Amino acid sequence: MEGKISTEVFNREKAEATVKALRQSFRAGKTKTYEWRASQLEGIARLIKEKESDITEALRSDLAKPEMESYLHEISLAKSACLFALKNLKKWMKPEKVPAAITTFPSSAKIVSEPLGVVLVISAWNYPFLLSIDPVIGAIVAGNAVVLKPSEIAPATSELFAKILPEYVDSSCIKVVEGGVPETTALLEQKWDKIFYTGNGKVGRIVMAAAAKHLTPVSLELGGKSPVLVDSDVNLKVAVKRIAVGKWGCNNGQACIAPDYIITTKSFAPQLVEALKVTLEKFYGKNPLESADLSRIVNLNHFKRLTDLLDEENVSEKIVCGGQTDEKQLKIAPTLLLDVPHDSLIMKDEIFGPLLPIVTVDNLEDSFEIINSMSKPLAAYLFTKNKKLEQEFISNVSAGGILVNDIALHLANLYLPFGGVGESGIGAYHGKFSFDAFSHKKAVLSRGFAGEAGARYPPYTTEKQWILKGLINGSIVALFLALFKRF
Amino acid sequence: MALITGKKCGDEEMGALGLESEVAEARTAFDSGKTKGFEWRKSQLKALLRLLQEKEDDMLKVLKEDLGKHRVEAFRDEVGAVAKSVDNALLNLKKWMAPEKLSLPLAAIPTVAEIVPEPLGVVLVISSWNFPIGLSLEPLIGAIAAGNAAVLKPSELAPATSEFLADAVPKYLDCEAIKVIQGGPQVAEQLLELKWDKIFFTGSARVGRIVMTAAAKHLTPVTLELGGKCPAIFDSLKSSRDKKVAVGRVAGAKWGSCLGQACIGVDYLLVNDEYAPTLIELLKGVIKEFFSNSEHLARIVNKHHFQRLCNILQDELVAASVVHGGSVNAEELFIEPTILLNPPLDKEIMTEEIFGPLLPIITLKKIEDSIEFIRARPKPLVIYAFTHDEKFKRRIVEDTSSGCVIFNDTLIQYVCDTIPFGGVGQSGFGQYHGKFSFDNFSNRKPVGRRSFLIEFSFRYPPWNEKKLQLLRHIYRFDYIGFVLCFLGLKRYSYRS
Repeated sequence: MEGKISTEVFNREKAEATVKALRQSFRAGKTKTYEWRASQLEGIARLIKEKESDITEALRSDLAKPEMESYLHEISLAKSACLFALKNLKKWMKPEKVPAAITTFPSSAKIVSEPLGVVLVISAWNYPFLLSIDPVIGAIVAGNAVVLKPSEIAPATSELFAKILPEYVDSSCIKVVEGGVPETTALLEQKWDKIFYTGNGKVGRIVMAAAAKHLTPVSLELGGKSPVLVDSDVNLKVAVKRIAVGKWGCNNGQACIAPDYIITTKSFAPQLVEALKVTLEKFYGKNPLESADLSRIVNLNHFKRLTDLLDEENVSEKIVCGGQTDEKQLKIAPTLLLDVPHDSLIMKDEIFGPLLPIVTVDNLEDSFEIINSMSKPLAAYLFTKNKKLEQEFISNVSAGGILVNDIALHLANLYLPFGGVGESGIGAYHGKFSFDAFSHKKAVLSRGFAGEAGARYPPYTTEKQWILKGLINGSIVALFLALFKRF
Repeated sequence: MALITGKKCGDEEMGALGLESEVAEARTAFDSGKTKGFEWRKSQLKALLRLLQEKEDDMLKVLKEDLGKHRVEAFRDEVGAVAKSVDNALLNLKKWMAPEKLSLPLAAIPTVAEIVPEPLGVVLVISSWNFPIGLSLEPLIGAIAAGNAAVLKPSELAPATSEFLADAVPKYLDCEAIKVIQGGPQVAEQLLELKWDKIFFTGSARVGRIVMTAAAKHLTPVTLELGGKCPAIFDSLKSSRDKKVAVGRVAGAKWGSCLGQACIGVDYLLVNDEYAPTLIELLKGVIKEFFSNSEHLARIVNKHHFQRLCNILQDELVAASVVHGGSVNAEELFIEPTILLNPPLDKEIMTEEIFGPLLPIITLKKIEDSIEFIRARPKPLVIYAFTHDEKFKRRIVEDTSSGCVIFNDTLIQYVCDTIPFGGVGQSGFGQYHGKFSFDNFSNRKPVGRRSFLIEFSFRYPPWNEKKLQLLRHIYRFDYIGFVLCFLGLKRYSYRS
C-alpha cells in the first residue's frame, strides 16, 4: 500500500499515551456537556467555511477531484451534517420517556443516551474529507472523545486535517493521527469504546478482529457491487443522465455507492448503450481523458488493478465505449462493456472505477438471481415506472439501501440511515443515526416501594405461582392480588 | 445421524458434514423465502407458545434437574417470562413488520422514503446455562419475528434442558428453518467457522471474544450479552417498611434467582459505614424468612463452579470477612446464602463476577462515594440503587455507565418489554427484548423513490461556475437567491 512515511514513529507507546490522555479528558466530563459539543460543531462548521479552498485544493491534489464534486459531495454534505447536528443536538440529548410495562407496575421508564467514551474513526481515501469529518461529527455530537486516522492514500487531505483541525476544535479531546499500516495497527491494539471504519472488506475484517480482543463494538462502512436494474419503460434520457453522473460524476466511479454494473433486457440494451454514449460525450467531450470534470484514479496500484480487469481475456473485446487509459496521468476514460463472462474478474469484486459492465437478461425478473448470487451491496438501484417490479425489487433484493429512479442521493438525506448489510458492512449513520451509532442507550427504570408483590418471593406456594402466571400475562386480577395479598 | 434424532452429543467431535448439512438446510429454507411471510412468523410464534404451554411441566422438571430451580422460580424467571415475550411479539408483529414511512422536509431529496425491515438470513443463537430456557428462546423469538431461519446451540452445561430443546423444538416449530444443535466447545467452534448473517451470544466475556473473532472472518454482526459485577447501592431509607422491601428485593436478586448465578443478579452491595450493621441484620432476617428451606433455592450448576466458589471462600482474608452463612454441601452442590463484610478488594471475590450466593458488602464513608467506586471498575450490565434522593439518582445516571440503571428494585428490567436489554463496555453490546429483539435481527433498509419529472440540469457535467452557484443556493435552501442566480441577476457571495 502506498503511503506517506511519517517522520515521527507513531508506535504502540504513543498510541497508548494518546488513548490514556483522551480517557482522562473524557473521565473529567469535558465532552459530555451540551456546551462543549455545540462549540466543537461550531468549530467544525467554521473550519469548513473558512478552509473551503484549502480543502478543495487538497482533494484536487489527492484525486484530481473537480471543484464541483468537492463542493457537492464533500464540503456541502459535511456542512449540512454539521448544521443538522447543531440544530438537533439538544433534542437528541434529551432522555426518551418510554411506557413502562404492566409487569413492572408501578414504574416509570426512560432511555438515556450516553457517550461510549473514547472512539476511533478510520476513514477512506475516496471521499477523504467527508468520510473523516462525518463520523467525527457523530462522535462529537454523542459526547465522545475521538481519534481520527485519515487515509494515508489521500495524503494531502490527511495532512490538512492534522494541521487545521486542532485550530478549530478542542485537541485535548479530538486528535488526528496520521499514518499507514504500522500506525493503524498500533491504534487498533488499544482498547477503544467504539471503532468506526470506512473502507474495504479485507481491512474491515482486520479491524473487527482487533476490536474483538477488547469486546469493542464496531461500525463498518464497506462496499460491494451496487447493481442498477434498468427497465425499458423509463424516461431514458433522464435515467441515463442520473446513472452517468452517479457513476462517473462521483470520483470517476471510485465511490462505495456508485453503480457497479447494470442489468437490463437483451432487447433494451442497445438503446441504453446508445443513450449512455451520447450522455458521456455531452458530459466529458470526445476526449474524456482530457476532461477536467473527471477525477483521476487515486494511485498506480488501483490504476493497474483496473486496467488488469479490462485486459482479461474475453473481457477486452466486450468494450463498447471508452477503454482509453493514460498511466502517466492515472486517468481511465468512462468505459462500457456489454455482456462480459459471468465469471470474469470484473464481475467478481467491487470495481471501484470508471468501468461499467452491462449484463443482459431475457426478462428483468431473472436479474434477481444474478443480484442475489453476489454478496449484499451497499446500494441497489432500480429504474422503472412499473410499481409491481418496484415492489418485487424491494422485497427480493437485500442491500444497505435502495433508491428507485436515481443514484446515490439517499446518502445526502439526513433522515435515512446510511450503512451496509452482510459484506457491505455493519451499523449505520448520518443524521440522528450518527448520534445513535456513537451512543449507548441506557434504560433507566424507577420503582417505588409501594406495590410489593409478596408472590415474588419464597417460600413458594401454588397460590403464588398462580398469581405470578397471571401477572406475567398482564391479568388485572392477578395484579390486584399481587399488590395487595399479604403472604 | 445423531443430530437429527436430537440425541445428546456432549463434547464429541460432530461429524462436520452432519452439522454443515443441517445449517445448509436452514439456509435453503431461508432462501426459499418461506420465513419472510407474516403467516409463517405468526405460526412459528404460536407454535412456540403452544410448546411453552403444553410442555410446561417438562420444562420445570429439566430446570430442576440442571439447576435445582424450584418450580415457581423456574416459571417466574424462564417459562412464564418467555411466554409473555411471545405474546408481546404476536401482538405487535404486524406493526413491527410494517415499513416505517419517513416524514421528510420538502427540500430533502428523495422526498419519499421509508425504512423497510428485512430479515438478515440465517442466524446463530448461542445460549448460556443459567437461564437455559429463557436465554435460548428469548433471542429465538426475535429471530423468528424478524423472519430469519435460526440455529440454536443451547449450553451443554445444562444438559437436560439442552436435550429437551433438541427434542421439543423440532416437534413444534418448522424443523427445516429452526434447528437445535447440541454440543460443547468443539461443536460451537465448528459452528463458528461457518458463515452466519448474525450471531447472538449470551455468556462470558472470554468466550464472547472468541465468538466475535470468529465472526470477524465473515464480517458477521454480533450481539454479545455478557456479564459483570452488578452493584446495588444502598442509601439510607426513611421508613422501616421501605427498608424491608428493599432488602427483600436485594435478597431476591441475589439468592432467589438461580442462587446468584445470574448476569443481572446483585453481585455486591455498597452501603455507608454506619448503616451496614442494620443492613446485615435485615438481610439475615430476610434470609431466614425466604430461604430457610433450601428446597426453594437453586443449586450451583456443576462441580467446577462449586469448587470455584469454595476456593473464593477458602482464602484466609475472605473467610475472615464472612458474617453470615458460608457452609457448603458438595454432594448437593449447594452453598447457603453467605454475607461478607468488606472482603479484600484485590481478591477474586471483588475482581471477578461472583456468579454465586456470596454477597460482599462494601462500606464507604458516605454513600456518594459509591459512584467513584463503580466508575473505577468495568461497566456492569446493571446498576441497582435504593434511594429516595433525586439528586443522587441523577448523579448515578449521569456519572456512571452501565447497561441499565434500576432504582429501588432488582431484576424487573428482564420482564419489561419496552426498554432495551443489553450491556456496554465489558458487559457487551447489542440489545434485545420487545421490539429491540425484532430490530436486533433485522436489516432496516431505507428505500427512496424519485420521479422523472423534476430534473435539475445543473446536477450534471460539464461543470461551470454558474452551476456551482446554483447548487450553493439550493443547498442553503435559498430559493429566491436560486431563482435570481438562475436568471443571471445575482452572484453568490459568502457573506449572505
